[in-house]
Amino acid sequence: MKLFISYLGVGVDLMKVYYRTTSMTKRRKKSILPWLITGGLLFIAITATVVVTILLQGLDIPVLNPKGEIAMAEKDLLLFTLALSAVVVVPVFVMIGGFAWRYREGNTRAKYTPDHDSNRWIEGLWWGIPIVIIGILSVVTWVSTHQLDPYKPLVSDEKAIRVQAIAMQWKWLFLYPDYDVASVNVLKIPVGVPINFEVTSDGPMSALWIPSLGSQIYAMNGMTARLSLIADKPGEFRGSNSNINGKGFADMHFMTKTVDDRYEFEKWAASVRNAINHAHIDQGSYAQLAIPSAGDSPQYFHLHDVNLYDRVLNKYMHHGIGFTGEYGNHEH
Amino acid sequence: MNIDWSMLLGRLSLDALPDNIVTIGGAVGGVLGVLFIIGLLTYTRRWKWLWRTWMTSLDPKKIGVMYIAVSGIMLVRGLADVIMMRAQQALFATTADGPITADLFQQVFSAHGTIMIFFVAMGVIFGLINLILPLQIGARDVAFPLLNSISFWLFFAGMALMNVSLALGEFSAAGWLAYPPLSTLEYSPGTGVDYWIWSLQVAGIGSLLSGVNFLVTIFTMRRKGMTMMKMPIFVWTVLGSMLLVVFAFPILTATLGMLTLDRTIGTHFFTSDLGGNPMMYVNLIWAWGHPEVYILVLPAFGVFSEIVPVFSRKRLFGYTSMVWAIMAITVLSFTVWLHHFFTMGAGANVNAFFGIMTMVIAIPTGVKVFNWLFTMFRGRISFKTPMLWFMGFITTFTIGGVTGVLLAVPGIDFQVHNSLFLVAHFHNMIIGGVLFGAFAALAYWWPKFTGFHLHEGLGIAAFWSWLVGFVLAFAPLYILGLMGAVRRLDHYDASLGWQGLFIVAGVGVMFILLGVFFQILQLAYSVWKRKELACDSDPWDGRTLEWSTSTPIAEYNYATLDVVHGRDAFWSFKQSGRKRLSNYTDILVPKNSGFGPIIAIVVFVGSFAVIWHMWWLAAIGLIATILLAILVGMRENVERTITEKQIAVTEKKLWGSEA
Amino acid sequence: MNNESVTENKSLLSRTSVGFWLYLMTDCLLFATLFATFAVLRDATAGGPAGRDIYEMPLVLAETLILLTSSFTCGLALIGLATKNKRQVLYGLLATFVLGAAFLFIEVSEFVKLIGEGHGPQASAFLSAFFALVGMHGLHVFVGLLWLSVLALTIWRRGITDKLTRQLTLFGLFWHFLDLIWIFVFTVVYLMGIVK
Repeated sequence: MKLFISYLGVGVDLMKVYYRTTSMTKRRKKSILPWLITGGLLFIAITATVVVTILLQGLDIPVLNPKGEIAMAEKDLLLFTLALSAVVVVPVFVMIGGFAWRYREGNTRAKYTPDHDSNRWIEGLWWGIPIVIIGILSVVTWVSTHQLDPYKPLVSDEKAIRVQAIAMQWKWLFLYPDYDVASVNVLKIPVGVPINFEVTSDGPMSALWIPSLGSQIYAMNGMTARLSLIADKPGEFRGSNSNINGKGFADMHFMTKTVDDRYEFEKWAASVRNAINHAHIDQGSYAQLAIPSAGDSPQYFHLHDVNLYDRVLNKYMHHGIGFTGEYGNHEH
Repeated sequence: MNIDWSMLLGRLSLDALPDNIVTIGGAVGGVLGVLFIIGLLTYTRRWKWLWRTWMTSLDPKKIGVMYIAVSGIMLVRGLADVIMMRAQQALFATTADGPITADLFQQVFSAHGTIMIFFVAMGVIFGLINLILPLQIGARDVAFPLLNSISFWLFFAGMALMNVSLALGEFSAAGWLAYPPLSTLEYSPGTGVDYWIWSLQVAGIGSLLSGVNFLVTIFTMRRKGMTMMKMPIFVWTVLGSMLLVVFAFPILTATLGMLTLDRTIGTHFFTSDLGGNPMMYVNLIWAWGHPEVYILVLPAFGVFSEIVPVFSRKRLFGYTSMVWAIMAITVLSFTVWLHHFFTMGAGANVNAFFGIMTMVIAIPTGVKVFNWLFTMFRGRISFKTPMLWFMGFITTFTIGGVTGVLLAVPGIDFQVHNSLFLVAHFHNMIIGGVLFGAFAALAYWWPKFTGFHLHEGLGIAAFWSWLVGFVLAFAPLYILGLMGAVRRLDHYDASLGWQGLFIVAGVGVMFILLGVFFQILQLAYSVWKRKELACDSDPWDGRTLEWSTSTPIAEYNYATLDVVHGRDAFWSFKQSGRKRLSNYTDILVPKNSGFGPIIAIVVFVGSFAVIWHMWWLAAIGLIATILLAILVGMRENVERTITEKQIAVTEKKLWGSEA
Repeated sequence: MNNESVTENKSLLSRTSVGFWLYLMTDCLLFATLFATFAVLRDATAGGPAGRDIYEMPLVLAETLILLTSSFTCGLALIGLATKNKRQVLYGLLATFVLGAAFLFIEVSEFVKLIGEGHGPQASAFLSAFFALVGMHGLHVFVGLLWLSVLALTIWRRGITDKLTRQLTLFGLFWHFLDLIWIFVFTVVYLMGIVK
């Protein structure tokens, strides 16, 4: 950060030097273009900033306003990388503005060296500095990628809750095999307890993404992807499918609703299991659910078939349901 | 009697005609447009002229113009798709019943991506290479003139196939890279994905042939004295880009081939059952797709490396590091494809490796930026439109570079992958890089080919409209991405509060359209006022060889072949006060050939037949293609002579007052 | 007449051969993609037969020997070209054609047999990859045979011209290239398929 600020300082100094030198050259031929460029850039910057700031009033930017450990770490990583990039980018912007102004055609007092075409030291510098920066970033990348590996279960005193997510055309089915409950297009989780997702798809490739909590992961049929997330704060967090999977893709989102702790969560699960006109889910009703549909309203179910997830998974394994070839029968 | 039309027409029936008001509009518009052009040509009796001077011409300068013309038209179509998408998202998205259905919306963005990459960016890059490369290396032609024409016509056939889907059938709704299993028969049973496959396959083979052609041209046809390290940087970037074409496009060909087999004969490469592996497709398509990005952007780097020295009136800074940077980018671009799917669940080691490799590419790219900057340092910079485009490029591209580094860190990518943040990033690179490069090139080389300048004021207006439009159109997308908006949404809940930003993005598109309007106006106005805007053969005080020949350029490019002595070959000619030579000798140039357009027709019909399962017609197409290939091999007397005397006359006329 | 054509500093021959080498490289990459696909899908037999269940090694060995011999006869034809011996060229090409056709015949009949037994390319991902890779090589051999016949017929009618010499040299490269690819097919698909 300090480095970043000192660079800014250098940039400001440079600009001062340029303005001083240009104010000394009043007799030069006037050219309107540099003014156009500065004015134009200012205009764009101001308009865009103003409009966007107004539009953003009262809105949430989940990636920058994380609610869980993973999302928090990812936000920090983003800001750190941005700051590090600034070490190169700020000088570039200062130079491009400065050089364009200083060496414009009309400024005949600026030094002009038409045959100057290389300088080993200076070129070494800009191979060298980016190499150092990327070197630092590489270490950060290596460490953070291992830390944030979605397959790595979160470390916590709380025992993680297992959630099996199935991406369907075009809804999310969440199974809680340890609690015998399930939900469609809504995800219930307790605050402060790690959630270990097992993610698969019963249709085209999809992806599970809850920006407030962090990392997304692809859902693919016949295989399980893992993702470990945690909510550190209560709230309602929107999640969605981020990979196109057909016509109803845009409707494939859901709300993550938190309850205060594990006790509340277990109470909730029990209430779903014991609901009076309880909807349940088993192989038969799953087949019904699997018919493509979009915009299904959120719903909770009593899960009768604890092996449902494995059945969906196996459907796409080599000997599964989709298999109609000749060998299947005798090889089984 | 019941006639079984399906034997004859395959899947094609009246159902293939569009039924939605928007698609009907598109189809009718397209058909009327084509009819209008046909009518105009017939009315003005220009068919013979078109055939003789353009369609059958093997002159790379003409082929280049045709590439760019097609790209220009496709840019307009791609923009029409943009208008539909942004209008939907800005105005109708929260009610979910605008004029554009979800299925149509998905076709529109798939078409937008495909068109912009394959038929705009690729077209304009190949057009530029055709126009500039032979001239810059001081050659009279490319290595294989007929192959060059065939390449263009395959590109044209691919483009035609893609656009026929407007009127007959549908286009792919599976995104521009058609990931299976969505693109398999199970989830996309219609003709859309087949149209996508075949237009890419046909155009892709054309690109592959071009790649070979231009590489051989660079390797064997440089002017005497022009060693590799004396080649203009544009030539170096073309070399890098074409190496990538030659290495990457076979992967595309094979991958599309396997997807075709999955869809037509029922194999199981990428299906989700019987052992097929969709992840393999994703790997293969990006093993082509990532180099493809550099195929497009390298020549744009080359263009700017030509423009900056000329408009700074100074030698290019750091030629050698520039060359190393280009070659480093070329090699590295094959080692990063996995960064397009960090979220697929590869292990942390794999993800981290590819993330780091991706960031490593930022190093040579950064070096290029600094070299351009130090070319400006202590120069005398005149801000003509090409230089303005450069300024626009370097700012937007730098921002895109930063967001690119962000996306290269797997931990960050996990959060913003497949969001509008990603969309904003790659538009930053492709509009800011490739498109601005193409516009700069157009403004820069236009007077060389036509003998008059493009109107400067309208050019500046177009530039600012584009730049403002660009920022307005994509800055909101970065924020939307961070807000959790994924790409490819045809509607969203009003309560999310995204609409305002989408409207800003829509306004940005309006500005971009204004820019395109200014560009069209600029072309028309400049042609109209060409006498007032007239210039000589070297209007910018150029440095490279192409400015040394006459304007307009003779079909043989150079009447005499002076030996090259330095990097800025023409600059050193001028510095040494050398006079033009007039020791003419006979020159052989290739005769016109109709093979290109004929092959295009045959391939078009054959592919169309496969898409619609008209197997008899496909068989005829295949046999005809083989016969044509044999005929091409048996051609004799392919060149004609331009005699010394004719050259003397032509040269006198072309140089005119400049003598 | 002056000989200065569009070729500035390299002859037409060198241009076409540089171009052809580059083309062969693209073809290499095409095969590389299919080899990679095969490697990924090799074990994706979906309960169907694996390679060692269906490969007829004696026939494959015969195919290999035939193709290697055809490369030799093709070489003889090219030697004939150097000495302008039309008879040798034509007999060499004829032998190459016969051997190539025999190779293709064995391959196609193998394919037909497999499909007849229900082990067609639709049966499993492994079989898709197998048919694609071996079939792509076969397709190249077929194209080679077509090219060879056209060349042989033209040489028979017109004798050995410069242009035909050029094309026949390129054909020679192509044919040896197919041999090389086959060695890889033989090793990767067949040999590595029968050893577990």
